[in-house]
Amino acid sequence: MEEMETTGYRLSVEGKAGEEATIRLAGRLSLDDLEPLMADLQAIPGRLKPRRLSVDLAGVEYLDSAGALALIELENLARSLTIPFDLLNASGTNHGLLSLIDREALQRPPLRPESVRPAVVEKLGELARRQYRDFLEIMSFVGELMVALAYSLAHPRSVRWEEVKFYMKRAGADGLPIVALISLLLGLIMAFMSSLQLKQFGANIYVANLVTLAMVRELGPIMTAILVAGRSGSAFAAEIGTMVVNDEVNALVTMGFDPIRFLAVPKVLATMVVVPILTVYADLFAILGGLIVGITGLDLTFFTYIQQTKSSIRVFDFATSLVKAVVFALLIAGIGCQRGFKVKGGAEGVGTSTTSAVVSAIFLIILADSAFAIMLHYIRQ
Amino acid sequence: MDSSSTEPVIVVENLTARYGDVTILEDVSFEVRRGERFMILGGSGCGKSTLLKHMIGLIKPSAGRVIINGIDIARADEEALHRVRSEIGVLFQADALFGSMSLAQNVALPLAEYTDLPPELIREIVRMKLGLVHLVGYGNHMPAELSGGMRKRAGLARAMALDPTFLFFDEPWAGLDPVTAAELDILIRSLNEGIGTTMVFVTQELASIFSLAERAIMLHKDTKGIIARGTPAELREKSTDPRVLHFFNRQAD
Repeated sequence: MEEMETTGYRLSVEGKAGEEATIRLAGRLSLDDLEPLMADLQAIPGRLKPRRLSVDLAGVEYLDSAGALALIELENLARSLTIPFDLLNASGTNHGLLSLIDREALQRPPLRPESVRPAVVEKLGELARRQYRDFLEIMSFVGELMVALAYSLAHPRSVRWEEVKFYMKRAGADGLPIVALISLLLGLIMAFMSSLQLKQFGANIYVANLVTLAMVRELGPIMTAILVAGRSGSAFAAEIGTMVVNDEVNALVTMGFDPIRFLAVPKVLATMVVVPILTVYADLFAILGGLIVGITGLDLTFFTYIQQTKSSIRVFDFATSLVKAVVFALLIAGIGCQRGFKVKGGAEGVGTSTTSAVVSAIFLIILADSAFAIMLHYIRQ
Repeated sequence: MDSSSTEPVIVVENLTARYGDVTILEDVSFEVRRGERFMILGGSGCGKSTLLKHMIGLIKPSAGRVIINGIDIARADEEALHRVRSEIGVLFQADALFGSMSLAQNVALPLAEYTDLPPELIREIVRMKLGLVHLVGYGNHMPAELSGGMRKRAGLARAMALDPTFLFFDEPWAGLDPVTAAELDILIRSLNEGIGTTMVFVTQELASIFSLAERAIMLHKDTKGIIARGTPAELREKSTDPRVLHFFNRQAD
């Protein structure tokens, strides 16, 4: 006879090797001690090789399903060694618990194998297929959105103008402080950095040209668009995505609404209105930033700086910058809504789509900007 | 009755629940005994779910106490709260399975967090738990691929992963067809009788109230508290309160 002592349970074995053996268990057979209990029990049949194995549960105060699992595993082991096995003195509840456990369930393999990591070629193919599908989806969404926008132009009363106003506030007015701050700082930095170089040639006054040209032609629209993509494009994707997950979009369809006209059009219209306005503010604040550096650091007067700014840009530059802003807005809101509509699954799907909305929007903004750069170069000539 | 079956293990004392200025529950007191199936009943908006959220420690009471196994969960320190949390399992109304994890991963999550068991032993426990809720073989399926009844049972398997002393159910029958609901009743009853888990349900499902409840309390939004207590049969047969009778006889107020 030997005895083992652990925190929860007590185990003793009676009987010699090759004869009938009884394992007496007492105390708590619970999840807390599952590992040692399992190891203790599993060692016994192999060591004693008894003719018959009994487990006496008379002293057991508490048995949970993990404890029951250990007993059943012992039984399975005994069976596999062709040792007859008995459970003695199981109380009513313990018996109920033991009979609840589906012994077959422990053996049966899953209906589906665990997903294995695909090979490189397979991954590459899957990626290409996904990109292709994504492209098709975007193209069909662009088509639908264009139809919906054209319909809205022809039937202005069908547009939900209350919603448009709401999103104009969200994407526009609420975004103004951050756009203004970032542009101001950008103007300050540009003016400061360029002044370090231009000072050497006594060309301080050209700081105004540099800040204004860079901002109005390129950075103003791009910075604003990237900020709006991060602020509002992501919000559109998350909002529509959550509606898809909650069946709200399906509800709209069954009520006879076109989800694109109902959800996407107000967002797209609102964004197309506010992004150009935000761009103008971005330009102004950047020029203000340059002005601060010009006056405080470069001994320029307010008047000369403004004069120089005015002479450095043409209406054409300003107008093209607004056109760019409108196109960027269309891209941001469009891709945001598209990513929202194609959400699958639950919370994780919404997260993936939101990320994808921002990343795709920024990518498309840069792509469109490159196209504009080339186009405008030839138009200017 | 012997002492073990009447011993109160969950005590709610003078609980008051407020959201801002709106009082949902006022001065609610009751006890749940070890191993019983206890139901919190009431119409929509009476504060049943709010009460449940207080009982599992998701919301702190504005006044009063909730004591689980001798620990006041609103005032317990982190360590005690962690211990209590390992003793309670909750099946939420919308099953709340993690959509990005397979069923086996969902059930294994609390085991990996609260125990130091080796992975192969955890896998074995997971297989057993899925067997308990009749989902043998579905370990590698994703929640989205299963029917509502199967997801509910998978949620139950996860709630039971640590062999909790207390199981809380928030409207477990919502959205289930009558046959699936009846199967869930049988499963819950066999688990309650086999393992002896104390079970608290929040529900308004008449059929399941009669098939499962041992004792019940009924809340009402007008009184912001308990308007009746007893066994379901007592509530239906003996109550004189029209609000209780309407509820049990499925009549309009």
